Amino acid sequence: MHDSDLLFSMRDVHVEVEGKEVVKGVSLDIRRGEKHAIMGPNGSGKSSLANALAGHPAYSITSGTALIAGRDLLQMDATERSLAGLFLAFQYPLAIPGVTVANFLRAAVKARSNGDESVIKDFRKTIKANFKLLEIDDSFATRYLNEGFSGGEKKRLEILQMLMLKPLVAILDETDSGLDIDALKVVSKGINYSASSDNSILLVTHYQRILDYVRPNYVHVMMDGRFVRSGGPELALQLESEGYDRIREETAAKVEV
Amino acid sequence: MSEPAVKNIEVATIGDDYATKYGFKDPEEYFLRAKKGIDHEVVEMISRLKNEPEWMRQFRHDALDIFLSKPMPKWGNTRLLNSIKFDDIYYYIKPLENQKRNWDDVPANIKNTFEKLGIPEAEQKFLAGVSAQYESEVVYHSFKEELKNQGIIFLDMDSGLREHSDIVRKYFATVIPAADNKFSALNSAVWSGGSFIYVPPGVDVKIPLQAYFRINAENMGQFERTLIIADKGSRVHYIEGCTAPIYTTDSLHSAVVELIALDGAYIRYTTIQNWSHNLFNLVTKRAVAHKNATVEWVDGNIGSKLTMKYPCVYLVGEGAKGEILSVAFAGDGQHQDAGAKVIHAAPNTSSRVTSKSISKAGGRASYRGLVKVHKNAVNSKVSVECDALLIDGASRTDTYPTMEIDADRVRIEHEARVSKVAEEQLFYLTSRGLTEDEARLMIVNGFIEPFTKELPMEYAVELNRLVQLEMEGSVG
Repeated sequence: MHDSDLLFSMRDVHVEVEGKEVVKGVSLDIRRGEKHAIMGPNGSGKSSLANALAGHPAYSITSGTALIAGRDLLQMDATERSLAGLFLAFQYPLAIPGVTVANFLRAAVKARSNGDESVIKDFRKTIKANFKLLEIDDSFATRYLNEGFSGGEKKRLEILQMLMLKPLVAILDETDSGLDIDALKVVSKGINYSASSDNSILLVTHYQRILDYVRPNYVHVMMDGRFVRSGGPELALQLESEGYDRIREETAAKVEV
Repeated sequence: MSEPAVKNIEVATIGDDYATKYGFKDPEEYFLRAKKGIDHEVVEMISRLKNEPEWMRQFRHDALDIFLSKPMPKWGNTRLLNSIKFDDIYYYIKPLENQKRNWDDVPANIKNTFEKLGIPEAEQKFLAGVSAQYESEVVYHSFKEELKNQGIIFLDMDSGLREHSDIVRKYFATVIPAADNKFSALNSAVWSGGSFIYVPPGVDVKIPLQAYFRINAENMGQFERTLIIADKGSRVHYIEGCTAPIYTTDSLHSAVVELIALDGAYIRYTTIQNWSHNLFNLVTKRAVAHKNATVEWVDGNIGSKLTMKYPCVYLVGEGAKGEILSVAFAGDGQHQDAGAKVIHAAPNTSSRVTSKSISKAGGRASYRGLVKVHKNAVNSKVSVECDALLIDGASRTDTYPTMEIDADRVRIEHEARVSKVAEEQLFYLTSRGLTEDEARLMIVNGFIEPFTKELPMEYAVELNRLVQLEMEGSVG
């Protein structure tokens, strides 16, 4: 029987990009109310894993299983994964000229409203409240999606989408990259506001910095397509002080033994 | 928070298609019909029937000689042009004995047609005047009394010629002479219907005037003729729409539209062309902008088999401005050969051309443009931007831009881009719960947004809906 608190579960997931294996068997369980962080150096496969889980067509999951709230994620296309409660905050959000933030979000909210008219009726109110939370000007609503946005604006827009779409499992891919400290605080505020005992968050990051503001329950270190270490928040601090090289050496040593 | 005027289309709620929405047909009943094909006898009959002055009768016959002697253009889609069977076309059909001023007097089937197309409703809601042409004649015409009292004239072209022959004779064919091209010659020979508008000096026509052109009969040729004169410092916005039933044989629509914006006047001319896919749409549109006048062509081409149309502005007065904003959608079996022409013939003139095209399912969209800056047009500004979006690998887009700059101190910007709907963009939108079709449609509607935002809201919604239908590929 499915454990209803288990929001996300993957076993031995392998990912290929352009015929090259970049994720080589990772497993993870995330329960309701938990925040996990995957940390790793550049090229460790963490962003590939995030994109593959969201259904990016260029990333194929070649073996393994992944479930969201007990449902088989790998049988779904990107649309279905989103509607099942998965969300990916993009590392590099795309510009869609001519499509306003408000129109796009209204369509995305409507797509999951299951005909509940009140969701659409409350849309303006909800989006305004979220603008306030993220310290975004109301004029954001009529701007075109990511067109001419600064790095900080793009990341705020990703978090705005998370707040509007209320996912069960949110994967945040390097949401902290390129942010100054003020923007990082605002974005973190949004993430913390969104987090509840009913959903879960998976932060994918290179740096420990964001974890000062969004405190994870678990940290997993990813290197060369594998989780090489898992632990509590203290693991992140250890990484910060010692760097990835130390863990890399330890891992290499372990493999030799 | 200010909401954008244009709401995004409510995706996947409409299962309609062209056939039921626009492509239906009435029984072919008419008051009078010319024989098939074209010769001096047909031209004579049209002119006699309309009881025209001698100069117009002569103008028509001369134009027919020009049409018959001019070869088919050797550019554009020559294969399709040469497939037109001129002998199989009806050049004149008069559906009713008289034009009506009240919808209740219009025969039920014709009235129903226009009701299905939403014309009476639009008239009540947001138009100052409406002209509804069915085959060769305007069958219904209305114009608000208070605008008449301001001296504004809005009539069908035939009534314009009868009631204001002095103004018509002064301007008719001065912007587009019969000999301009083969199809302007054809129109000049057999023209019927269209609009005649005159706006007195300083008068601002605050709400739009509209004409709707409907072809019902098979093998029909529609040749409306429109002449708009905006006198000094006046303003007017004119909108036209057009549709036809779907037939297996070809129809022909060949209009001539002349605009004259006198000193300081402003004319905007908006077209949403949605002809059925069996129709040749070969139209000549040209404006003259005098000192400090502005002319804007807003031109949307969704339908037809082949469209060849290049709205033009002659900037003849110092400080005149011209703008041509166009969108073309080419689906299966369609070729939209559209573009723009601007002639700078005075100093300090400026022009902006923005062309957007979408090609899908093997459709072909071409931008063909000419910008000419005469030697005396110093300090002029020119901006041309062409954007093409390809939906799939089977479709085609080309640009044929020409610039002839003979003046000094001219600022020119020119950009041309071809883009594809990127997989990354689709993934971004689908990862938020939109289906792939919804995502693609959203990208396309975003692409033409610079165009739709210039339309009155009702037309913007309609255009988005048309594009949705085309994207679904349900149009027959």
